[in-house]
Amino acid sequence: MNCRSEVLEVSVEGRQVEEALLAVLHTVLLHRSTGKFHYKKEGTYSIGTVGTQDVDCDFIDFTYVRVSSEELDRALRKVVGEFKDALRNSGGDGLGQMSLEFYQKKKSRWPFSDECIPWEVWTVKVHVVALATEQERQICREKVGEKLCEKVINIVEVMNRHEYLPKMPTQSEVDNVFDTGLRDVQPYLYKISFQITDALGTSVTTTMRRLIKDTLAL
Amino acid sequence: METDLNSQDRKDLDKFIKFFALKTVQVIVQARLGEKICTRSSSSPTGSDWFNLAIKDIPEVTHEAKKALAGQLPAVGRSMCVEISLKTSEGDSMELEIWCLEMNEKCDKEIKVSYTVYNRLSLLLKSLLAITRVTPAYRLSRKQGHEYVILYRIYFGEVQLTGLGEGFQTVRVGTVGTPVGTITLSCAYRINLAFMSTRQFERTPPIMGIIIDHFVDRPYPSSSPMHPCNYRTAGEDTGVTYPSVEDSQEVCTTSFSTSPPSQCVFTVTKAHFQTPTPVVTDTLRVPMAGLAFSHQLSSSRLSYQPAALGVGSADLAYPVVFAAGLNATHPHQLMVPGKEGGVPLAPNQPVHGAQADQERLATCTPSDGTHCAATPSSSEDTETVSNSSEGRASPHDVLETIFVRKVGAFVNKPINQVTLTSLDIPFAMFAPKNLELEDTDPMVNPPDSPDTESPLQGSLHSDGSSGGSSGNTHDDFVMIDFKPAFSKDDILPMDLGTFYREFQNPPQLSSLSIDIGAQSMAEDLDSLPEKLAVHEKNVREFDAFVETLQ
Repeated sequence: MNCRSEVLEVSVEGRQVEEALLAVLHTVLLHRSTGKFHYKKEGTYSIGTVGTQDVDCDFIDFTYVRVSSEELDRALRKVVGEFKDALRNSGGDGLGQMSLEFYQKKKSRWPFSDECIPWEVWTVKVHVVALATEQERQICREKVGEKLCEKVINIVEVMNRHEYLPKMPTQSEVDNVFDTGLRDVQPYLYKISFQITDALGTSVTTTMRRLIKDTLAL
Repeated sequence: METDLNSQDRKDLDKFIKFFALKTVQVIVQARLGEKICTRSSSSPTGSDWFNLAIKDIPEVTHEAKKALAGQLPAVGRSMCVEISLKTSEGDSMELEIWCLEMNEKCDKEIKVSYTVYNRLSLLLKSLLAITRVTPAYRLSRKQGHEYVILYRIYFGEVQLTGLGEGFQTVRVGTVGTPVGTITLSCAYRINLAFMSTRQFERTPPIMGIIIDHFVDRPYPSSSPMHPCNYRTAGEDTGVTYPSVEDSQEVCTTSFSTSPPSQCVFTVTKAHFQTPTPVVTDTLRVPMAGLAFSHQLSSSRLSYQPAALGVGSADLAYPVVFAAGLNATHPHQLMVPGKEGGVPLAPNQPVHGAQADQERLATCTPSDGTHCAATPSSSEDTETVSNSSEGRASPHDVLETIFVRKVGAFVNKPINQVTLTSLDIPFAMFAPKNLELEDTDPMVNPPDSPDTESPLQGSLHSDGSSGGSSGNTHDDFVMIDFKPAFSKDDILPMDLGTFYREFQNPPQLSSLSIDIGAQSMAEDLDSLPEKLAVHEKNVREFDAFVETLQ
């Protein structure tokens, strides 16, 4: 099947990078998480309840909604923090991108390892700007807030198309579709990666890949 | 060929739509309460959380919604609308948004009701959660308080968008196809409130903070909306229990002293407000009031400040009189050293003119390492650190101490230090002088209540043993070393003081001296007859000249 790909771009000040990314990632994951599945006999299952909470940004005039799961929030914050550090250390023009990829695992026969087939990829391109005066920063706060509002509307629009979603799995297959490692919610299997680019768009630093599920499993 | 929906599916679908409508209203209204919403995830299904989402049910809202629906469901031409409006304290009101849950005729017969429709409705509710935080009315609703409140109204039937003004915008939250039609959820919102949101309505919330608890129970019919009351004291009891909100209160209590109240989810009991918490000032001036004073967060979101305190930089010029002998260990309300540097405290810095009048006041700056000789100094000064003061309890010391305080505001030095060093400070008259000078010098008389002397006068004095006396015409005092106010001599070779000294007694103009003037007058008078004689001789020449001019 084709993998759906969506790209969002944001221009932010250095200290807004984390919050802007978290806002986008959490909004996507809100739509791509369900409650925990509890399989019963006869192949039926019940679904747990997903709570939500509002998060106010400190450096942006913006509030987003995220799933009430501390584990998920921690995992996202960790990778966003790494991205921010990489961006800062790169010393380049402050361009980078982060990708949130939803995938399905397909079991392969031995000796081949399981295949990861993405079905939806969200890419956020980040451009860091440096501002000189406090007034500019204040304007930036508001503008980035408005931009993020637009991004949320874009995300919701894509979600609303009701395009391909993996079929609800049986109990034996649930780990191929969902990330069952969290205590309270169950997002689709996802991984987040990022890269820092220079102005030409080519990758100049090492592409770092993190498997969030592995991190959580530790 | 399509099969009709079987009765079970039809029932399920109706139930789903009904509860979807109720949950939609809950999400919208809760998003306009002005507080952050927080619900818990639960891995075990409780069976009562529709669409697998933890959305609390506010009973009043459910009641209103059910009343508006009156047993019907959204259908073609019959939409459920939630109108969000703003009402100012003067009574003006304005519609901000209309959220519409509509049904159209486009059916999706093949979709599975119990599974796909249900999950898609769940997804749509999540989208609604996200979108409700994104429209302009959200930020307005977070700031509601004394100035205005946000109201809601639910009605069923035709959508009325006229109240939104011109140029309103719409955002579609989502659609879900069902066998009986397509459910569409959208929002039309006014856009010209943007000017209102930041300028007109961005004010600090009430002093007592925002307690967001709940609605006042006013069951109005749909023509008259209920309004989410955004504050009330904890003691007030409307008699309606809102278990859902109380749950959130437990989850989301915040410490209001540090976080801006508008971000506080739920505050608290009366007890908090009875003991006002001091709030930190960023631009710390020296508050003169010896009372409890507060810092003040410069954040615009701050609402919380203790009522009786009005201390700020405006109070700086207010001299505070204190009696000698006040205890150095008078407790400080605040022990914040002047990290902002708002007060020039180092002795080398010129002291602000207004502060000079506060001669009784001196601050010991811990930052520059001067000791506080004065015991009474600390009571009025926020920047004094009591541990740096040396206690001197004798009356003489007290007097001296007062005198020391005249060194300059906010400088407090022991006498010996002051006299030995040639003070580079203005208002040197406040500086303690050598004891000999003190006796002879009426200007520097340490009375019990030192006079307020003008800086200019004071600047003609100086202390310091260095510097010989320059010749001067005044017998009243001897100028040893002239240190004029606001000037330093470490930058330019000639400063104001030197200039003044050099040009203080200029020589008189020669023409103005009486002797010389008198002599020249006598000579002029003597020479007049001769001059007249000469002119008479040349009369004809003069006449010819005059004729040429005519």
